[in-house]
Amino acid sequence: MMSSHSLVYLIALPLAGAAILLLAGRRSDKWGHLLATGLSASSFFLGLYQLSLMLSRSNEQRPVGQKLFEWISVGTFNIDAGLMLDQLSICFVLLITGVGTLIHIYSISYMSHDPDRRRFFAFLNLFIAAMLLLVLGDSYLNLYVGWEGVGLASYLLIGFWNQKLAYATASKKAFVMNRIGDMGLSFAIMIAFATMGTVSFTGVKAAAEHTSTAALTAIGIMLLLAATGKSAQFPLQAWLGDAMAGPTPVSALIHAATMVTAGVYLITRSNFIFDAAPTAQLLVVIVGAITLMFGALIGTAKDDIKKALAASTMSQIGYMILGAGLGPVGYAFAIMHLLTHGFFKAGMFLGAGSVIHGMNDEVNIRKYGALRKFMPITFATFGFGYLAILGVPPFAGFYSKDMIIETAFNSGGIKGIILGSVTLLGAGITAFYMTRVMILTFTGTSRWDEEVHPYESPWLMWLPMAILAVGSVTSGYLLSHGNALVNWLSPLFESHGEHDEFLPPMVVSGLALAMVAIGVAIAFLKYSRSDVDAVAPSDVSIFTTIARQDLMQDRFNEAVFMRPGQLLTSVLVKTDEAIIDGAVRGVGRAAMGTGATLRGVQSGFVRSYAALILIGAVALIAAIWVVVQ
Amino acid sequence: MNAANYLYLSAMLFTIGAVGVVVRRNAIVVFMCIELMLNAANLSFVTFSRINGDLNGQVVAFFTMVVAACEVVVGLAIIVTIYRSRRSASVDDASLLKR
Amino acid sequence: MTWLTLLMALPLAGSLAVAALPKTNEKLVKQTALATTLIVMAATIAMALGFQRDNVELQFVEKYSWIPFFGINYALGIDGLALVLILMSTILAPVVVLAGWNESHGGRWSVKTFYILILVLETMMIGVFAATDVFLFYVIFEAMLIPVYFLIGGYGTGERSAAAVKFLIYSLFGGLLMLASIIALYVMSGAQGGHTFDLAALSSLEMSSTTQDLLFLGFFIAFAIKAPLWPLHTWLPDAAESATPGTSVLLLGVLDKVGTFGMIRYCLTLFPEASKTFTPMILVLAVISIIYGAILAIGQRDLKRLIAFTSISHFGFITMGIFAMTSQGHSGATLYMFNHAFSTAALFLVGGWMISRRGSSTIADFGGLQRITPVMAWMFFLAGMSSLALPGLSSFVSEFLVLVGTFTRYPAHAVIATCGIVLAALYILIPVQKALHGPTTPGNENLSDLNLREKIAIAPVIAIIVVLGFYPSPLLKVINPAASHVIAQLGFNDPVPTNGSK
Repeated sequence: MMSSHSLVYLIALPLAGAAILLLAGRRSDKWGHLLATGLSASSFFLGLYQLSLMLSRSNEQRPVGQKLFEWISVGTFNIDAGLMLDQLSICFVLLITGVGTLIHIYSISYMSHDPDRRRFFAFLNLFIAAMLLLVLGDSYLNLYVGWEGVGLASYLLIGFWNQKLAYATASKKAFVMNRIGDMGLSFAIMIAFATMGTVSFTGVKAAAEHTSTAALTAIGIMLLLAATGKSAQFPLQAWLGDAMAGPTPVSALIHAATMVTAGVYLITRSNFIFDAAPTAQLLVVIVGAITLMFGALIGTAKDDIKKALAASTMSQIGYMILGAGLGPVGYAFAIMHLLTHGFFKAGMFLGAGSVIHGMNDEVNIRKYGALRKFMPITFATFGFGYLAILGVPPFAGFYSKDMIIETAFNSGGIKGIILGSVTLLGAGITAFYMTRVMILTFTGTSRWDEEVHPYESPWLMWLPMAILAVGSVTSGYLLSHGNALVNWLSPLFESHGEHDEFLPPMVVSGLALAMVAIGVAIAFLKYSRSDVDAVAPSDVSIFTTIARQDLMQDRFNEAVFMRPGQLLTSVLVKTDEAIIDGAVRGVGRAAMGTGATLRGVQSGFVRSYAALILIGAVALIAAIWVVVQ
Repeated sequence: MNAANYLYLSAMLFTIGAVGVVVRRNAIVVFMCIELMLNAANLSFVTFSRINGDLNGQVVAFFTMVVAACEVVVGLAIIVTIYRSRRSASVDDASLLKR
Repeated sequence: MTWLTLLMALPLAGSLAVAALPKTNEKLVKQTALATTLIVMAATIAMALGFQRDNVELQFVEKYSWIPFFGINYALGIDGLALVLILMSTILAPVVVLAGWNESHGGRWSVKTFYILILVLETMMIGVFAATDVFLFYVIFEAMLIPVYFLIGGYGTGERSAAAVKFLIYSLFGGLLMLASIIALYVMSGAQGGHTFDLAALSSLEMSSTTQDLLFLGFFIAFAIKAPLWPLHTWLPDAAESATPGTSVLLLGVLDKVGTFGMIRYCLTLFPEASKTFTPMILVLAVISIIYGAILAIGQRDLKRLIAFTSISHFGFITMGIFAMTSQGHSGATLYMFNHAFSTAALFLVGGWMISRRGSSTIADFGGLQRITPVMAWMFFLAGMSSLALPGLSSFVSEFLVLVGTFTRYPAHAVIATCGIVLAALYILIPVQKALHGPTTPGNENLSDLNLREKIAIAPVIAIIVVLGFYPSPLLKVINPAASHVIAQLGFNDPVPTNGSK
């Protein structure tokens, strides 16, 4: 691998930004946001520079590495603080810094009234740095640092307005559920070290060939656990909806475009493990399939625009995970969907932020309506994102999502048919709930309160939205033109033989479009033709109720983990006091009691002492007498 | 005369002394009983010295006498002091050792 | 140059100087104490610079005859392990003095007495890690209880006397068992070539396995009480709840480390066979401590007790690392001792400032501190992140080393212990949420943020936590040779990667 000296600056610039803003405190209130945005942008341009360097080299020469210093070294456990930039990480670097910078710009205006805007930008920069470390680290342990770093940034940003207790709770929930996933990553690293003696990507890749399938399966399952935590996949998905407590730019950057896709990165990065562990791979597909349906179903019932989008994110990442679980054919498509999703979902979230901003922080879509007239730019950019997520040609999602559906169908046998059907059905439901959001927000009659006066957002906000909208339109075509992304990434993955085509691409596209059309049509019939209540109706079917409650996931977690956990805690606290410390105190009390009893003998009367001495002496003599006899 | 008879006498004197210490309340009498016990012990020492035919027992008896003399001095002083402060020579009134 | 004696003499001289000062001039007393601890710290760092890190033999060795009749020597010497712990103690001392500038007021005795006790304690903290004569070690081990007893009982809060007595009796009980073992060793050494208390000589004694097991237990129970291992832990929460924050830092940060240090230096060295016999049992206790301490921490309502229980969990990790018998586990455990001192110090000191401002240590009495006292809230948060071993902070390196090192030999234990990291997230984030987040609790509106003195006191602690998170190499290079030496002496090799073909 070639060595480079400049990789570290990609991370160092935003990290320095975060440090400066946090340490300088209120003094940097005036210029902090500009510095943060500038540093994020510089990181992006550095990324572009690295890309240009990469393009000038041949395929095998493209990955570059940089060893910073020796981090941990004990016995055979040697971890360098090392970075690695290859064809996969450069995609993420550009996505993170590109979308990240746009969202910095957007936030300058969005957060302009918040007294803590500087702190917000410090956290954003911290997030960018941690996320870059995640994708640039050259070993699983370095990745782990970034992995928990983004978790920390996410915690801080979800809880940015933590004076509201519900928001503080949401941030805590996100961190704890993420930690369960992180535990999986720890296990994976430990197993890798115990079986292969190394945890660097190149080392593990080389050693994987000689390693037993059982060990690789264990590592794979643990990596999947990690991915489910970070990427809000079943069964650790419950935190994502609550995470919408954070400011909307955060939802766009962290909980749509970048951090939640880290699980996809992890699985794709570990392709050499999953390719050799079919069981783990199958589990990946199953998790992806379940989550994509799960998210889609939740999306149909949400009235909070951000939570609806969050459910959609969950579902779309389900597509990516599913794609990544399909093996060498799927990795590139998963990444492609990840990139296009980064554009259109971030764009839609920013659009939602713009709406919320114009509607006095109202998030309920039932209280929107007819906003098309008041926010034309937001409508247009949101609309492009909408068309992209539906997969309407030639928008971005058409290229990336269809590829995953097609690959799912072609994965062979009954598995292929099931997966293909699930992805198709998911596409239909996606069309339904996104159309519902679209109709309720932008069309129909206005349902907002009288004191609300919607207005279009300032240019600092719509410019990033417009740029992302352009991405939503063009990115799919650009990435798939001449198989650009597939070829770019191909050196990283095992080459694969051609699969039998179960269905030709044209048929798949046709089916997908038909499903989308059905979904859109149902939504139109249901919401466009009749008036919508400003208050969510309560006399709804049991299915709607369940979907509104995130398919009972919170209730399940509460009943199975939280309440027994609380019970265990209080029982243990009492036992510790009563039994363990009780035993100790008991010994003390026994000693005191014995003393108190024996003290009675010490009456203070000289004659009783004398009598006792006498009795003692006689008894002693008697005893000696008996013994001698 | 049989030397054992002295030992019997010594035992009797000692028992009288011991019973006196336990039974009597007057500090002076208790004190005298203690002296009686000491002298009983002295008698035993001297007798054993005679039986064994060496002087060790007699030497110890002298020691005991010296100790007894010292004890009389200190003991009487205490008794007098207590009598002055309490107007009583009863040992039961002086149960200050309790706490 | 007799570095170690000098190090021990300096704080003692400082305490004499403090004793000579007038009782009424409290400021001068504090300044003298602070200056002394700073000088000791500088001297320790100067000594550390002369330490040859690849040399596994004891360095800076000193030996003078003390009680020739019993073969007792005043013998000192340090290896990498002891050096790291002495560094830890002497860096913590000035931090504690500066951070607890006012905590000696309102005690049973004068401010002067408080600092005399602290300085005398510092001498003993250095001596206990440097002693290489078992008798000398025992004397200091027991003598350390005296200043701590008075620090808790005289300057603490709440039921300080009861807590102090509980601490003392618990420790004396363990010390007594150890004394019995030491006497047995002494007697046996007489039968095998001359009475001695020299650690190196005693470690080559021959004894039957039953004897070794019994003597091992004598030492181990004493250390397991010190380093509180479940179920011998109940003195710690009470002591930490009643002690002043500074005393708690020294108690948990340094004194309790004598327990884990003793396990390595005395249990493993003197009784290698018995150590192997008891390893399975000790590992189970360690894992129980990790999970149990964490769960109990979650259930606490009192901030100080909560921190004490987190430490029980952390000591579980250290013990597990020691008895995993791998170089990663061992080095990790030693590094953990160092790191734990600083993360707990940060938690206790910032927590102590919060408590003294609010006048209550009940977590529910706080609330919304993030908006009122942002700097203090941030410091508490950072300390908490260090306690839950966030990567990038120092405790992550040591915790992960312990886990990896344990996993290669005892995967099941490591797996259960790893669940502790989820519990750690809970026991830190719950108080963080209750104390720092949410709306401001009435009565807290006028709390003041950290002042300059407090900022200066906490800054080095935070700096150490952050810097060692990214660059632990300097310490690891000192620790590694000592750790692998111990492992090698016990006849263990690191497990070789199996490629899963077991």
